[in-house]
Amino acid sequence: MATTAENFPVHSEDHGHDADHKPGFFARWFMSTNHKDIGTLYLIFAIFAGIIGGAISGIMRAELAEPGIQVLGGVVTMLGGEAAFDQNLHMWNVLITAHGLIMVFFMVMPAMIGGFGNWFVPIMIGAPDMAFPRMNNISFWLTVAGFCSLLFSMFVPGGTGNGAGTGWTVYAPLSTSGSAGPAVDFAIFSLHLAGAGSILGATNFITTIFNMRAPGMTLHKMPLFVWSVLVTAFLLLLALPVLAAAITMLLTDRNFGTTFFDPAGGGDPVLYQHLFWFFGHPEVYIMILPGFGMVSQIVATFSRKPVFGYLGMAYAMVAIGVVGFIVWAHHMYTVGLDVNTKMYFTAATMVIAVPTGVKIFSWIATMWGGSLEFKSPMVWSLGFIFLFTVGGVTGVVLANGGVDDALHDTYYVVAHFHYVLSMGAVFSLFAGFYYWFPKMSGKMHSEFLSHLHFWTFFIGVNVIFFPQHFLGIQGMPRRYPDYTEAYAYWNEVSSIGYIIMAGSMVIFFVNLAYAFLAGRKAGDNPWGEGATTLEWTLSSPPPFHQFETLPVIEDHHDYHDHRPATA
Amino acid sequence: MSTVALEQKNLKVAIYAFAGALAMLGLGYAAVPLYDLFCRVTGFGGTTQQATEADADIAARLAQSAGAREISIRFDATTAADMPWTFKPAQVTDKVQIGQRDLAFYTAKNNSNVPITGTATFNVEPEQTGAYFNKIQCFCFTEQTLQPGEEIRMPVLYYVDPAILQDENAKDVEQITLSYTFHKAAQGAAVQGEKAAQKPES
Repeated sequence: MATTAENFPVHSEDHGHDADHKPGFFARWFMSTNHKDIGTLYLIFAIFAGIIGGAISGIMRAELAEPGIQVLGGVVTMLGGEAAFDQNLHMWNVLITAHGLIMVFFMVMPAMIGGFGNWFVPIMIGAPDMAFPRMNNISFWLTVAGFCSLLFSMFVPGGTGNGAGTGWTVYAPLSTSGSAGPAVDFAIFSLHLAGAGSILGATNFITTIFNMRAPGMTLHKMPLFVWSVLVTAFLLLLALPVLAAAITMLLTDRNFGTTFFDPAGGGDPVLYQHLFWFFGHPEVYIMILPGFGMVSQIVATFSRKPVFGYLGMAYAMVAIGVVGFIVWAHHMYTVGLDVNTKMYFTAATMVIAVPTGVKIFSWIATMWGGSLEFKSPMVWSLGFIFLFTVGGVTGVVLANGGVDDALHDTYYVVAHFHYVLSMGAVFSLFAGFYYWFPKMSGKMHSEFLSHLHFWTFFIGVNVIFFPQHFLGIQGMPRRYPDYTEAYAYWNEVSSIGYIIMAGSMVIFFVNLAYAFLAGRKAGDNPWGEGATTLEWTLSSPPPFHQFETLPVIEDHHDYHDHRPATA
Repeated sequence: MSTVALEQKNLKVAIYAFAGALAMLGLGYAAVPLYDLFCRVTGFGGTTQQATEADADIAARLAQSAGAREISIRFDATTAADMPWTFKPAQVTDKVQIGQRDLAFYTAKNNSNVPITGTATFNVEPEQTGAYFNKIQCFCFTEQTLQPGEEIRMPVLYYVDPAILQDENAKDVEQITLSYTFHKAAQGAAVQGEKAAQKPES
């Protein structure tokens, strides 16, 4: 065993110059084929896109802070349009569209899969890099190009004013006959580019995980984060092409006279909704599954215990992925589905609560009797578990076809999906970020600032979104910039929550600056005994090329502990 | 494993993955005709059925021997927002014997000063009766062209299949609403329009 241990390029002093030879700045960052550099690029990109998407939601919360139209006119003027009632309302549609698309396609997905996936999947399975390093680079730049296309769409005509005002769902006929001008075409093109990038990325992950695991790293010994990315990659591969088909049909309906979604030519707009949500529901699992994986690693690390029910955890994710493909119509209960169809989709949707419950209880069971340490990644993970469960409970409420008739397109739905995404997915992102930041950068962040960030963010997002349950139950509809006086109180509270949340993001950036300017140097394993996966056997940051001699997973290694035995 | 062998193995997996993605893209497009077929076959979403005179005769005899009851049919007419036609049923409701053929009329008038070709989409409510509502002849089977100011009467020959009385979910329906919406036929798509005219609104 001792010989194996020596084969690890473990300490930064040890690794040869060959392993750490880096290309020049332009070649390194613009033509990168290194999975860690591409992961870093994805993370920087996701943070940048997140700031823009978050700023847009700030404009939205400012507008909604009180009844009436206050700030939209200013936004229209700022973007070079002429403020008028219709233009202002169109601007609202543009903002909600941009916020949704940016957060889904250019913040959460790049951070989870492109960022952490690229960084840690190869390392955790003991591979030197991804299977197709050049394709990895293409995936990243396609995503960037998609983002540029989406931003550009905001400055060209989209019907009533500049920008694509269709909602992130791009429903026909609003997106076809309802939105003249090139803005919606650019938004659709943006989805094509981001989708192509993600399909290439998914192929890369599947190939890497199937073929490049270190000797002895069987599928049932893989860390759960790798499992989560594997399932996510399959969802991407099977769901995104359906979106591509649907939006290509939109594009030809808009520009080339086809009538896929136009009843006058024999089409049906409801078909678009079926196709969109056949993609859209797996998409929400794409956004959360890698988070499940990260939280599993973190909870095990800071409980100093192997995760409870490893196989159950892995196959719960597989089950969520499979069942995720047969529940799509619960997003469209109000299109006129008959009662039997609704019954099926209600039952199928509720079935998903079972594997999800397996995961929640397994995380709790992992902590049970563990030697708990409340470091920053752990508190974010606990926040995730709590808030995701709240979002899951409202999800079970909304799964009921009958209840959804009343709550469809109200703020209750907005509150629900922000609890699972803007709290579920984002809390897991921050958990993963604080968990792996010392590994990625070689610097320690401030635990105090991380905890302060956590508490302000936790309070902020709850103040934003919890009152939206009340607004939804009272009947306030989504996607409107104005509302009656009756909804004023909780909207004001919600907007105050935004300010708290925005303040917490300042703490996050101060923490980053602190880490890079004054942070302590991070050791190979800053988290102690509980951190047992392969990334902690490398230096922080890891050498430019790791595992030139592959690590070996011996018979005595289980799914939890992959460290080489100490002599 | 040698690098070359690994590269080949990787390529194989990647090809399978791309094939999977392409298949899903194909399925996305295949959904268009499949969705249409599904609605026609199952009567999903209130899609009505097409029948021949022979089918109708059999249905009538079956209904007679079973002593089928009466059912009320309500007629509804709508036009798309950009359609300058007046379109309305000649009768608001009709009482028919289940299984018996009935002829109903709609009138359409072109109020504009240009000839317009229209195509009608259709369905019935309650939706579970779609599988039992059979049309033998209908103006909705083809496109209709009206000259400026022209007014025409258009027939629908239909019957309600007596099998409806055996369906737990449909047997106590007392009134079926037959609804049509006239759209301008998609421009420059005469062939497509022909097909379109037979497509249900589901």
